[in-house]
Amino acid sequence: MSGHSTYEPKTGIERWLDTRLPIVRFMKDTALDFPTPKNLNYWYTFGGILALMLGIQLATGIVLAMHYVPHVDHAFASVERIMRDVNYGWLIRYMHANGASMFFLAVYIHMIRNLYYGSYKAPREVLWILGCVIYLLMMATAFIGYVLPWGQMSFHGAVVITNLIGALPIVGEPITTLLWGGPAVDNPTLNRFFSLHYLLPFVIAGVVILHIWALHVPGNNNPTGVNVKSKDDTVPFHPYYTVKDGFAIAVFLLLYASFVFYNPNVLGHADNYIPANPLVTPAHIVPEWYFLPFYAILRAVPDKLGGVLLMFGAIGTLFVLPWLDTSKVRSMRYRPTARLYFFIFVFMSLVLGYCGGQLPDNPVFGSPSGFKLLDADINSMVWLSRVATIYFFAYFWLILPVLGLTETPLPVPESISEPVLSHPATTPAGAAASPEKRG
Amino acid sequence: MADTVAGANPDTHGAGDDPSRRDFIHIAAGAAAVGAVAGVAWPLIDQMNPAGDTLALSSIEFDLGKVAPGQQVVVKWRGKPLFVRNRSPEQIAAAVKDDNAGDLRDPQTDEERHKPGKAEWLVLIGTCTHLGCVPTVGGGDYGGWFCPCHGSHYDLSGRIRKGPAPRNLQVPEYVFLSDTSIKVG
Repeated sequence: MSGHSTYEPKTGIERWLDTRLPIVRFMKDTALDFPTPKNLNYWYTFGGILALMLGIQLATGIVLAMHYVPHVDHAFASVERIMRDVNYGWLIRYMHANGASMFFLAVYIHMIRNLYYGSYKAPREVLWILGCVIYLLMMATAFIGYVLPWGQMSFHGAVVITNLIGALPIVGEPITTLLWGGPAVDNPTLNRFFSLHYLLPFVIAGVVILHIWALHVPGNNNPTGVNVKSKDDTVPFHPYYTVKDGFAIAVFLLLYASFVFYNPNVLGHADNYIPANPLVTPAHIVPEWYFLPFYAILRAVPDKLGGVLLMFGAIGTLFVLPWLDTSKVRSMRYRPTARLYFFIFVFMSLVLGYCGGQLPDNPVFGSPSGFKLLDADINSMVWLSRVATIYFFAYFWLILPVLGLTETPLPVPESISEPVLSHPATTPAGAAASPEKRG
Repeated sequence: MADTVAGANPDTHGAGDDPSRRDFIHIAAGAAAVGAVAGVAWPLIDQMNPAGDTLALSSIEFDLGKVAPGQQVVVKWRGKPLFVRNRSPEQIAAAVKDDNAGDLRDPQTDEERHKPGKAEWLVLIGTCTHLGCVPTVGGGDYGGWFCPCHGSHYDLSGRIRKGPAPRNLQVPEYVFLSDTSIKVG
């Protein structure tokens, strides 16, 4: 937070610079001394992990761009050349491809943490919305990046997703043509996607700066959801959270490395190692795992435009969330009823992800029931995704608004320090296990 | 520059500083700036539309002799697959019989989907009208095409009968150059 700088330039050079560009003072105030609630648990380390992942994606991506050729005749071969001939090309590409998955894993945990502790509520609405913008940009960047290797999944994924926009009335087709640069997905499409894939990560980096700025105005939320009352409630960011984040990053990198070195293709699709062929569609088109919940929502609706609108509506809903949740209590630790609905929400999101990876007519249990409701068997993935889709929207548009007015929350502690100091019994078991709660 | 806002503080202005004239200058300058930005933005957007050489590659000729009765040949046209199907008399009869079927979502008769007197030749753009996948020939409940992506069924006339696709498979512009050759586009 501004206005409490403790920086004292020690050398002549530092004093000289400080009166001209106080960048050292700025870094010390925001990255070292920044007062941070002392009760942040490991769910709060994912912001740092995400910053690292963005850095890794930028670094590996810039290197890959030195060897990649954005042309339909050469793109696939140039990626294979990176894999076989470029020194350490295999490592850099696997880091980039799996890095995208790790980035999304971390962002989903970061968002769910946010939903649980109510961090999107006043005064952090702008912080939350900027996060949603970053998430949207990440999805665009990841989709465009997946097209670049120009394999079968790349090509037909691009066809399907750009056709989604064509569902919009009137403006749909001109926008699709504008994206394609021709009558179909082809070389002009690949060229502009490469250009945009290079651009968007830097846009993300810009929004991340705004995101951190918006974080540093109100300061961090914390697992109790109670505002910081005094200096007793905080510790300086360094060394307390640099060390904690550092440890979390090391553990996260172990997971990342296990994919890169031992299972680099498990999250991808074998079909993408077949060069793109516009005349043959792979039998089973599925997006990358991080898009599956939205893909399931898209397919849950039997109408093309309806499906597209609902899918974008799922993302749009996140933007207005701060005004949908009517509860004054931030943390779900003190909202036992809401907590129950929250865990069902997380479960339903996972169900949507599962459905997105299955064929719509596949039975959920055993064999089809033979009982048809509307257009599909009642025991099918499409009906399971409909149930989960309804819950997804009901959670935001019905449960959170109503529950905030009707539920009786548990007593909220006076301050952050109170439950920390009067340890075990008064702290209800929250989401986090607690070796880290030693203030 | 707060004091230049029209009418904000008219007393401080001397004679001749008519607020409405300042308004005019502000509006005119603003409009000119908006026009200039739009003028520069349009080329930057329109460059993404199909280029001249892309548009030039837009028609092909095809020799129908390559397609045996009952068979389909797929050719690439404007980056998309083009289905050229030589229908057998039974297949034509089946398609005509369904002209008034109740489940036609985008009602068209078989007659409207081929050139007059050339009922055996069905020429279609081979992208599903749902999300653009390529349907497989001979599949589905109606013997026409089946799209593997999201399960759209097309009949022997390429009309959508079941599944999420909203429209029939599109018939491109084409002409018969002779009995055995067509020009598409």
